[in-house]
Amino acid sequence: MTATTTAATTTPVDARAPAPHLLADTLVIARRHLLALSRQPQLLVFVVIQPIMFVLLFRFVFGGAIRTPPGYSYVDYLMPGIITQTVAFGSSGTAVAMADDIQKGIIDRFRALPMSRSAVIGGRVLSDLARLLLTIGVMTLVGVLIGWRPDLNPLRLVAALGFGLGFGQAMSWLSALVGLSIRSVEAAQAASFVGIFPLTFASSVFVPVQFMPGWLQAFARANPITLVASTIRALTHGDAVGHSWWEALIWLVAITAAASIAATRKYKQTSS
Amino acid sequence: MPLAIRADGLVKHFGTTVALDGLDLSAEQGRVLGVLGPNGAGKTTAVRILATLLVADRGHAEVAGFDVARQPQEVRSVIGLTGQYAALDENLTGLENLDMIGRLAQIGKAQARQRAGELLERFDLANAAGRPARTYSGGMRRRLDLAASLVGRPVVLFLDEPTTGLDPQSRNALWEVVRDLVTDGTTILLTTQYLEEADKLADEIAVIDEGRVIARGTPTELKASVGGEVLAMQLADAGQVDAAVAALGPFGAEARVEDATINIPVGADKRVLSAAVRRLDEAGIALADLGTRRPSLDDVFLGLTGHVAEGGEAGQDGSPPPRQSRSGRRRSRKEAA
Repeated sequence: MTATTTAATTTPVDARAPAPHLLADTLVIARRHLLALSRQPQLLVFVVIQPIMFVLLFRFVFGGAIRTPPGYSYVDYLMPGIITQTVAFGSSGTAVAMADDIQKGIIDRFRALPMSRSAVIGGRVLSDLARLLLTIGVMTLVGVLIGWRPDLNPLRLVAALGFGLGFGQAMSWLSALVGLSIRSVEAAQAASFVGIFPLTFASSVFVPVQFMPGWLQAFARANPITLVASTIRALTHGDAVGHSWWEALIWLVAITAAASIAATRKYKQTSS
Repeated sequence: MPLAIRADGLVKHFGTTVALDGLDLSAEQGRVLGVLGPNGAGKTTAVRILATLLVADRGHAEVAGFDVARQPQEVRSVIGLTGQYAALDENLTGLENLDMIGRLAQIGKAQARQRAGELLERFDLANAAGRPARTYSGGMRRRLDLAASLVGRPVVLFLDEPTTGLDPQSRNALWEVVRDLVTDGTTILLTTQYLEEADKLADEIAVIDEGRVIARGTPTELKASVGGEVLAMQLADAGQVDAAVAALGPFGAEARVEDATINIPVGADKRVLSAAVRRLDEAGIALADLGTRRPSLDDVFLGLTGHVAEGGEAGQDGSPPPRQSRSGRRRSRKEAA
């Protein structure tokens, strides 16, 4: 559908705007969120400080009491897990942002513009990835300072980062869907927390799955957070990645496909 | 004149609530159509359908010649929309907000920047252009919001209760802007609960209630439909009401006993004014007060619907319009009864 059709006008409309550009509109929206982030220093607490506190807490307080698999120091075990956890927790901001945009009428404003219908969520997801790069960078630095020694094979590092960001964007789409469906800032916050918290802790993020009770092991092994954390762990530790990588990949592709389609549909129907 | 807005038989249900019940609207190009009605009459629903945000259950609507259901993207490229809230990103500056909207309106990067600057100047926001919108006052936010709806140079502008909650000064400034836009040829659909606002701005008014148009015409026509000017004379002594009516009988006098007032319709012949006063004087009846009163749109609304419009109850909470309407209407019926 183009915006230049002049058929059957009752009003002489001069040549109007060209058809929307998905990429250009997505970049405009991503820029909006990054500018807004830079204007809210208090959000840095969630982007940078809270992840560092979690790293220090588990490394120095709980870490000594947690058994690790053979060949792993706890910090080597912990860092891939805690990066995965931070990626999952960070996505909840997108649910809140979408609900807030609905409440403020901003989604209405966008929907009344001749812009791409996928760019509002796509731009938010893109800005989430930029934010995640910052968070992962800072965490990696802190991790190295407290003794993390990842395998420096560049292919493995790029693959590990790819799994982290891939998981991040899948969670962002899902979070956008939650925000657009729930439409209230407080409820979106609560729903994200209730969903992400148990998934994160009943996983291999902090504690190896084999030390959990049997009933929980079944859940934890199928948990996408376990699969992503285990894949990043194997990649950064120089181990064989086994079957976790493709299981993780299936999860990421499935979540991304389902959530992006559902969220875009929801956006098109949303009205405050 | 060609029609810039045309809606035929729009029907919209929300669950069991009927928001629109066969609404017809039309606006000529370059004119202001005022859509007047109480809270929940269906004004916002109508705007949302015309602005492609909602799809009607039945009926047909065109904006600038484009079918809102079949050519929504074309419609979006020729409209501007300002709702009841300032729909802005609080963390972006005024300039960044307008620049973003311009780019998303597909007018191009350079144009967006230039247009943002022009509009900030025009709406007296140039000094605040570099400040985050969260630091703006309520009036400044609404001006920025209106500016945002003009970035794409809309042919048709929808203003949904644009002055709700505004101070008188900001309201007057907004009225000025509306008049300027009309001079430039923009067609405007303005919804309002303020009768005065529709009277001041609209070339034509559609009065809607319960999802349909119950009257339409120019402000003058609507006022004429409830009668012309009235001479209201309040007697010094309430006991003389009957005597006064007898004396003024030939003028078609009507008495309101409760405040000792006699009303006389004033036609084209203004000599009635002095003649009536002379008659009372001759009959030895003293006056406490007198004056002429032009019928307001309040009278129009009362005459048409049997209940008063609820100007003061502007909805600023986010509750959905249809719901809010129901309780509001019930309340006003009681008041009118």
